[in-house]
Amino acid sequence: MLIRHAPDLKENEVTDHGLYLRRREFILGAGLAGSGLIGVGAASAVPLKGAASPLSTRDEKLTPKDDITGYNNFYEFGTDKTDPAQNARNFKTRPWTVVIDGECAKPGRVGIDDLIKRYPLEERIYRMRCVEAWSMVIPWVGFPLASLIKQAEPNANAKYVAFETLRAPDQMPGQRDPVLKWPYTEGLRLDEAMNPLTILAVGLYGETLPNQNGAPLRLVVPWKYGFKGIKSIVRISFQAKQPETSWNISNAREYGFYSNVNPEVDHPRWSQASERRIGEFFRRKTLPFNGYGQQVASLYRGMDLKKFY
Amino acid sequence: MQTWRDRLIYAAVWLACLAPILQMVWLGFNDGLTANPIEFVLRSLGDWGLRLLLVGLAITPAAKLLRQPRLIRYRRTIGLWAFTYIVLHLSMYIGVDQFFDWKAIGKDILKRPYITIGMTAFVLLIPLAVTSTNGMLRRMGPKAWRRLHRLVYLIAPLGVIHYYLLVKADVREPLLYGGILAALLAYRVYAWNAGKRGQAARATARAVAR
Repeated sequence: MLIRHAPDLKENEVTDHGLYLRRREFILGAGLAGSGLIGVGAASAVPLKGAASPLSTRDEKLTPKDDITGYNNFYEFGTDKTDPAQNARNFKTRPWTVVIDGECAKPGRVGIDDLIKRYPLEERIYRMRCVEAWSMVIPWVGFPLASLIKQAEPNANAKYVAFETLRAPDQMPGQRDPVLKWPYTEGLRLDEAMNPLTILAVGLYGETLPNQNGAPLRLVVPWKYGFKGIKSIVRISFQAKQPETSWNISNAREYGFYSNVNPEVDHPRWSQASERRIGEFFRRKTLPFNGYGQQVASLYRGMDLKKFY
Repeated sequence: MQTWRDRLIYAAVWLACLAPILQMVWLGFNDGLTANPIEFVLRSLGDWGLRLLLVGLAITPAAKLLRQPRLIRYRRTIGLWAFTYIVLHLSMYIGVDQFFDWKAIGKDILKRPYITIGMTAFVLLIPLAVTSTNGMLRRMGPKAWRRLHRLVYLIAPLGVIHYYLLVKADVREPLLYGGILAALLAYRVYAWNAGKRGQAARATARAVAR
């Protein structure tokens, strides 16, 4: 007979095993930080609450946290789904500076902790549809990208926003091989970036973002395929020209600039008509714009989405 | 006559071929099949089908180069295990991944080159599996049997292409399999040419002796 004892410690109160093993490094780091020499090294999950948002997807079962943090496409840390959780463990996300530049009145550099404090955090529950035909429902914590954009005051030339991931082959083993063009780059049209659904995420499941999910700062655009959600962002630039994006450079016929979820437009090598929700047995039909058509379809009015895939 | 040593080696080969399935079962009970177990098992079965196909193709060169002709007797076992993994891989795709959605499967076969190629390779494997018994070899005669089983020189490249085409960007593993396959096929071309040269040399020697 199996007797289950209710744990007297909650999961999130237990010191992360990895952190426990690095306790001396932590103490050293804290000491140095205290003496004002350097910041604390690798961050572990710290509670980070966001206010509930009416823009969250309702009536969908959340994908378990272990699945969200254990099944990742983050090629900087390896191309197998389980590689990022392994290889991103010691990734240093502090100190971290984000550069905001290009066609705007107020360019600048901002430390990640200031950025997190600058805007009210919200919880946004979104479906995430990977181009590989699987999907999840993820409770992100973040803030609207529009808030950051407004503060930077883009000028009339700014038509697009470009994003760039950190380039650090010493920490990101995947970058030592030219599987994609490094650093990873992504981009949005300015109106897409300003859409209220578009967020910069800094947390997940009420805690700081795990490294393998794109810590400390990542983009979430729920009506587009997952690879548009660039991770570990170090630069946000306003530009007049459409940005080059890593997957488009890798294979333009398969990964367009827009990459809106669209069951009608197949990936040249596989169907996009259906998807497997992680944790479910049967495939389900993929929805146009991943089910967010009401909020975003108007952005593409008059465009041939078969051409602008 | 099979000695106890032969039986032991035979059991070891069998166990080695079965090990990936046992590992998947073990992972299944230990939460090790990732968040997307269907995809993981589907891929793993395909991986092992292809790997065993390459191991099967390596037996003949290994037997000759290592002067171990007895290795040949394990070739059929390994080939049939490769077939088993590929049947499981295909069953997983039809019965679990697509859950018998014949319309979607039909579309896939017609529209997706990697599936067209994979399906072709599977269909070509069937006659090889069917004629793998001693009885069939006797009935067909060794010459016809060998000619039929040369189909594997087409099937294995189709398998590698099938894999190469479904990978998104990291083509290193399919290229590795392609490289191994190229070496195994190159050996056969070399051996075939050497055989012809040997024949010619023997014929010349005979003519001179006369």
